[in-house]
Amino acid sequence: MGVSISLNINGEARSLDNVEPRLLLVDLIREELGLTGTNIGCDTSQCGACTVHMDGLAVKSCTVLAVQADGSDVVTIEGMAEEGQLTAMQQAFWDEHGLQCGFCTPGMIMAGVKLVEGNPDISDEEIRHGLEGNICRCTGYQNIVKAMKVAAQAAT
Amino acid sequence: MAKFVGKSFKRVEDPRFLQGKGKYVSNLQRPGMAYVAIVRSPHAHAEIKGIDASAALELDGVVAVYTGQDLIDGGVGQLPCGWVVPECKIPERWPVEPARARHVGDAVAVVVADSPYVAEDALELIEVDYEPLPVSVGARATTEYRAQQIHAEIPNNTAYAWALGDEDGMRRAFREAAHVVELDLVNQRLIPNAMEPRACMAEWDNTTEEMTVWTTSQNPHPIRLLLSGFTLGIPENKLRVISPDVGGGFGSKIFHYPEEIIVPWVARAINRPAKWVATRSESFMTDSQGRDHVTNVRMAMDATGTITGLHVQTWADQGAYLSTFAPLIPTALSITLFSGLYKIPGIWGEMKGTLTNTVPVDAYRGAGRPEASYLLERIVEKGAQKMGMDPIAFRRHNLIPADEFPYQTPVAFQYDSGNYQGLFDKLEEISGYGDLREEQKSKRAEGKLWGVGVAGCIEASGPAPSAVAGSLGSAVGLWESGTVRVHPTGKVTALTGSHAHGQGHETTFAQIVADELNIPLEDIEVVHGDTGRIPFGMGTYGSRSAAVGGSALVRSATRVREKMTKIAAHQMESRPEDVYFDDETGNIRVRGATDDGMSFFEVALAAYTAHDLPPDIEPGLEETAFFDPSNFTFPNSAHIAVVSIDRETGEVTLEKYFGVDDVGKVINPLIVDGQLVGGVAQGVGQALWEHGIYGEDGQLLTGSMMDYAMPRADRFPHIETGRIETPSPTNPLGVKGAGEMGTIAGTVTVANAVVDALAPLGVDHVEMPFTAERIWQTIQAHS
Repeated sequence: MGVSISLNINGEARSLDNVEPRLLLVDLIREELGLTGTNIGCDTSQCGACTVHMDGLAVKSCTVLAVQADGSDVVTIEGMAEEGQLTAMQQAFWDEHGLQCGFCTPGMIMAGVKLVEGNPDISDEEIRHGLEGNICRCTGYQNIVKAMKVAAQAAT
Repeated sequence: MAKFVGKSFKRVEDPRFLQGKGKYVSNLQRPGMAYVAIVRSPHAHAEIKGIDASAALELDGVVAVYTGQDLIDGGVGQLPCGWVVPECKIPERWPVEPARARHVGDAVAVVVADSPYVAEDALELIEVDYEPLPVSVGARATTEYRAQQIHAEIPNNTAYAWALGDEDGMRRAFREAAHVVELDLVNQRLIPNAMEPRACMAEWDNTTEEMTVWTTSQNPHPIRLLLSGFTLGIPENKLRVISPDVGGGFGSKIFHYPEEIIVPWVARAINRPAKWVATRSESFMTDSQGRDHVTNVRMAMDATGTITGLHVQTWADQGAYLSTFAPLIPTALSITLFSGLYKIPGIWGEMKGTLTNTVPVDAYRGAGRPEASYLLERIVEKGAQKMGMDPIAFRRHNLIPADEFPYQTPVAFQYDSGNYQGLFDKLEEISGYGDLREEQKSKRAEGKLWGVGVAGCIEASGPAPSAVAGSLGSAVGLWESGTVRVHPTGKVTALTGSHAHGQGHETTFAQIVADELNIPLEDIEVVHGDTGRIPFGMGTYGSRSAAVGGSALVRSATRVREKMTKIAAHQMESRPEDVYFDDETGNIRVRGATDDGMSFFEVALAAYTAHDLPPDIEPGLEETAFFDPSNFTFPNSAHIAVVSIDRETGEVTLEKYFGVDDVGKVINPLIVDGQLVGGVAQGVGQALWEHGIYGEDGQLLTGSMMDYAMPRADRFPHIETGRIETPSPTNPLGVKGAGEMGTIAGTVTVANAVVDALAPLGVDHVEMPFTAERIWQTIQAHS
């Protein structure tokens, strides 16, 4: 009953057999591929903790079926820092204290990278609006907004 | 000496979270693991007449199905209540209810399967024969004589009644009062929603008969104690409880939950590792919830506006069962704060803890103290209005003067230290208060609804001492442990019984130890959350970690330092009083000597080689302290919120927010400000959006993040913070708590701003949350 799919995950080509059609992409990433940096924070696509990049777009991987990712290029939080060298977004989150418990952080970073892409002078308002789909319970968002502004500048 | 304490350092724990390497329970795997899912009652109140699991058991991949009776026959015990006020009646509560479900989400059966998807499928195949029963909801309504009885052994659904203060003094104050103000108000039910749903994993070793439980807890040692002594029955020395990285708690992960019993019980029954991870829907139905108080408050004043008396009657909804610390929250953590920042001679607080067919209610960030601040700062606001005084002037008129500390309130607590006039000075300065009022005048002249809200709040944090906690109903002590272990190479492991789930202990506690031992931050590893590695500790809640846990580490580090001083003195043929830790070189040197002295490593190694120690010194270099403070600490704050209200739609916009806090000495300003700002956001959430709503039938109408309004980034302005520091004399660091003040102050500050905005219409109170619909209705009713 399963189907076979192939995808690029963090730059590595992977083929998987017998994938249940109902399997969510986030469960494929976490359970089948063992990449547990992508977290699950809700079951209604509200919190954004599971945000990954799929073919260059930030998507909530709980709203994508694994089979829909067939032939796609998927990047998770584990694919960001190369050889331990943090990306500008990760570094800015660290410098600006943009995280506390860390559970929403991978989703925030993945969403943030796409949010500021090509917009070095992004305003607080644009960032706050762009983050409506990512919930953080710890920080009150203030340092997340700061971090994204810094990262937007650094990325240019 | 303070190279580290008092300065901002980036958090050492962050790189793992930034790279998706957080060790949350849901991320852990064991070979051969089975998955647990739980059948939950869709009824708020129902008799369980029968359970048919035959279809589920036929499904490929299903390992077992267990009922509540199976677990009872298999030796599980009832969940105990860990805080028992006098004459408190504790309802029966089983990990899986065998005969009756009492709230939507109550566990009625357990499924075990080879995969999480199959476990979910099996849930659908289990037939439970329910006989629905009448339902009782509403903190006060549930005590009425017609209300459905929830537990046969608890009449009027009232688990306890508790009162504190000076009743005669209160009555005298009201007899002699020149002015009396009164409010009926509701502090609505909240749902904590830490971003990480709860999870539990367990592994049983059939040979050694040892059980390891990984659980999303703020306090693994108390959980081990409860599992061992009450619910699971595995000896404490054969039971290891690990709470690795935990994704937020806010109180909701303090308590002992049924799944922490079910999962290890299953792991032993099937002799396979087992794991359960809550869906968010389950979190809504099973995580202990917060607040839900219905209150009448009256305040007496003399002719000059001096507050002379306060009378509070509250019905506190505790849900269907008494959760682990439920009775503590409305009593010893709430009535005790009714004096606020003020001198009030006659205070009398009465509290009834009631039971309803809803999810149990227990501590949620602030826990009792936001409820106290809410009712007090709302009635104080009304008092200012009645006297025709500016809200800050009215508060200043009633503040406890700075020279009266320690200050004994009429409701048991003795405040440690404070400078409340100084708080308001700083608040007026950073907010430009005069200008805000001018701005308000011009906005009002344009016909706009524009409010400036003020509140001054008190908190009791770092619950202590243990003997007092015991006298107030606690079944546990409230001290903390700290171990400093210097390894032979000079690297240091600091073990703390506190637990971090976002607060940054791995950084803050390293700063404390680094200063005591005069070593670099990176030489210290802080370990928490594992009963297999750490002496018994009490965990983290009540903003206690720095004051109690940090102090335990100061004590143990000081003892290490003293021992190193003696060893170094002996080896350098000097006297201990002549030996010092040199800031500049990091070495341990003799005063006046020209040589370099000994390095930290050399002294550490000497302690372990033990070739040449002073005669009274044992080998090794490790000290443990158990710190039991003499009192709580009392953080305090003064906050201002500015709101605008759209007359046409009723929508409230938070325009500006200023908060000044006195949390005593600050160890890491970056982290403390993060706690305060995050706390304010949670407090604002209650005022403006959040509400856990139950229907008359006990159904949770806000059971997902689509229905329960979580605070989002686009609804906040920049939050400005300011600080004054009056050190607490009750601990060696001089710290107070920083974790909850933002939440305590945020709610009522915004509430006062919204009422202030509507004041020109003749409004003197609106119930939270201030949704557009509620405000629109209020505007319509007043125009």
